[in-house]
Amino acid sequence: MARRTFSIGGVHPNDAKISRDCKIETLPTPPTVYIAVAQHIGAPAKPVVAVGDKVKAGQVIAEPGGFMSAYIHSSVSGTVKSIGPRKDLSGNNQMVVEIAVEGDEWMEGIDRTDTLITEIPQDPKAIIEKIKLGGVVGLGGATFPTHVKLSPPPGKKCEMLIINGCECEPYLTSDFRTLLEKGEQVVIGTAIIKKALGVDKATIAIEDNKPEAIEHITKVVAEMKAKSPDYAGIEVLSLMKKYPEGGEKQLIDAVMHRQVKSGGLPIDVGAVVDNVCTALAVYEAVQKNKPLVDNSVTVTGECFPHQANLLVRVGTPLSYIIDYLGGVPADAAKVISGGPMMGKAIANLDAATLKGTGGILFLTEKQTRRMPESSCIRCGKCADACPMGLEPFLLNRLYKAGNTEALEANAVQDCIMCGCCLYSCPAGIPLLDAISQARGQVMGIMKARAAAAKAAAEAAKAQ
Amino acid sequence: MDKILVSPNPHLHSKTTTAVLMRDVVIALLPAVLVSVFFYGWKELLVLAVSVLSCVLIEYLITRYCLKKASTIGDWSAIVTGILLALNLPTTTPWWVVFLGALVAIGVAKMTFGGLGQNVFNPALVGRVFLLISFPTYMTHWEIPQGFFGVDAVSGATPLGAIKEGLLQGATVPDLMAQHGYSYSQMLFANIGGSAGEVCAIAILLGFGYLLIRKVIKPWITLSILGTVALVSCIFWMADPAQFTDPLFNLLTGGLLLGSCFMATDYVTSPMSTKGGIVYGIGIGFITLMIRYFGSYPEGMSFAILIMNSTVPLLNNWFHQKKYGRA
Repeated sequence: MARRTFSIGGVHPNDAKISRDCKIETLPTPPTVYIAVAQHIGAPAKPVVAVGDKVKAGQVIAEPGGFMSAYIHSSVSGTVKSIGPRKDLSGNNQMVVEIAVEGDEWMEGIDRTDTLITEIPQDPKAIIEKIKLGGVVGLGGATFPTHVKLSPPPGKKCEMLIINGCECEPYLTSDFRTLLEKGEQVVIGTAIIKKALGVDKATIAIEDNKPEAIEHITKVVAEMKAKSPDYAGIEVLSLMKKYPEGGEKQLIDAVMHRQVKSGGLPIDVGAVVDNVCTALAVYEAVQKNKPLVDNSVTVTGECFPHQANLLVRVGTPLSYIIDYLGGVPADAAKVISGGPMMGKAIANLDAATLKGTGGILFLTEKQTRRMPESSCIRCGKCADACPMGLEPFLLNRLYKAGNTEALEANAVQDCIMCGCCLYSCPAGIPLLDAISQARGQVMGIMKARAAAAKAAAEAAKAQ
Repeated sequence: MDKILVSPNPHLHSKTTTAVLMRDVVIALLPAVLVSVFFYGWKELLVLAVSVLSCVLIEYLITRYCLKKASTIGDWSAIVTGILLALNLPTTTPWWVVFLGALVAIGVAKMTFGGLGQNVFNPALVGRVFLLISFPTYMTHWEIPQGFFGVDAVSGATPLGAIKEGLLQGATVPDLMAQHGYSYSQMLFANIGGSAGEVCAIAILLGFGYLLIRKVIKPWITLSILGTVALVSCIFWMADPAQFTDPLFNLLTGGLLLGSCFMATDYVTSPMSTKGGIVYGIGIGFITLMIRYFGSYPEGMSFAILIMNSTVPLLNNWFHQKKYGRA
């Protein structure tokens, strides 16, 4: 049978999952954590603690700052030392709550045992409320508040829940380890999300470079189905390894053979996509009353001698994690938060982890050096690689010419920043650098135009 | 670690560079080169050497001393042009004519447009057509392959030339085929007169297969040319087999295979999209056949490719690949 995958573009970098055998190990709690109030898409949360307050692990320290926002909980017990700006991994100031750790005392009602609770609540509203109170956000990269995603706007109906276990980024293995070690929790989490959405079908999609995970999850799903009707409709789907399969739009195409319209949402084609770690966080929030205060982080790289998957408290300084594993290797030139294709190069190693931090990757200069730029030979490899079907060579040229109209007509705003174009360009042209600038400009123009149209409509109404 | 690198994503790069792609094209051309040297001997070797060395030298001198830039000969593209030009010339071409061809190919068709990636027309073909028009005697003096040690070269017309001439004198195609004793196996395994690169279809297809496996090119342009030639010649041949040559003859003779596998698929001068490539291929196939059947030249591949080269910007404007989530 042909291996299933998304239909447009994609590249095949070496998956380099060298940390795949590293079991998830719990990192000791650092002496101080720095918990940012903005670690999700949307409005930053508003701090509800004051300097000098004693907090427990799992206690709310910031409340949602709007509809599109999320609760933030303390990941440790201790004393609030300060609330103010601190440099994030890019070196920009972000509001953080600094907590000096004292002991490890948790809020009452949080179940930290390993006991599985397979019986799931039946009321969608109650589930979504618990997810909201647990501060759960999407852990696949975008950190979209999960309770918002699970409340589709009126008139939109979800037909398929997709649990994203692709982990198509090279090097990262924390999703893979989660599937292997906490497969039951992920499957229960899937059933809970399915119940919250009121949808019959759910697909757990895993790339076929992780056969152990596919086998294990298939087994777990079969066991769960035998126990309760709540698990009916959950299937496991093996997908061909190809980057960026884990991209939301690509995954919907691969699983449902449907494409989200430009500017649309997955729910428009009846899809909701959540990462496996999000499903785990949902399980913990709903079944165990445990808010999202820790997450698994892959620490890896060929030049890094102590590969690891660590369970890290949110707000742990990156330097603390790195020092725990023996420090930055001498020949590392770049440290990346996330994977090598879409991750961010870290400028400040003292920055703290966020809910969405999935990996710390060390690359040598040789591995990550950009090659000198030469002339475009019009080979079209960038267009072949683009999973959105865009023509990066053209967008690059239009950006240099400053032609924002043509950029919009050629759909620069559809770019998902996956990096396939720059990865595949044989002439080493920094295509994505130009395209991301162009995309920013065009999106700004589109936003301004929409605002102007809205204002004009309101003015017409008022007359 | 004394410094920390920070740059936007992606942080990895594929190992395929321009030089790797061009080197693959050179490797793909090796079977055709070896076969032509095997059949035509040291004379062919001389044409190849003069052509490649001139192309590389001319590009080097122009980039270093006229454009005052870093030399671009490291990208292997001048070598590709050199080999293709040589394979398009008769073995008997004098060295100074080969040099002039290289000068026009690299100096005029490639570098005046701004070098690799900027040229509108395929440089090797511009060089060849320049020679064909300027030195028709040298360019139509073909030699029948005699093997590496064959001393006494026998001159003769190419199959396409012989048929064209015969038809003009009132003969019919089947008569001429029988008279010259052309067979398809001969054409497949190299034994007919023509420019060096035209003598062995198998060698060219071998190289084409290598380019496909290495994903250097996609097959659509080539298939579109071959399909068009086969289909259109089939229609004419079935209408009048006395006046028009059959599809297989058209596919295996002249520069059709070399042109459709190696020249029409040149990245720079072919359309970017698959749809555009198919239209471009149909154009090349059709024009080639029209020149063969009705033109005054026996072969039209070079002209057809150059004519369709000029439509590429238009085709790129018309045809785009399918975008995600857009009609």
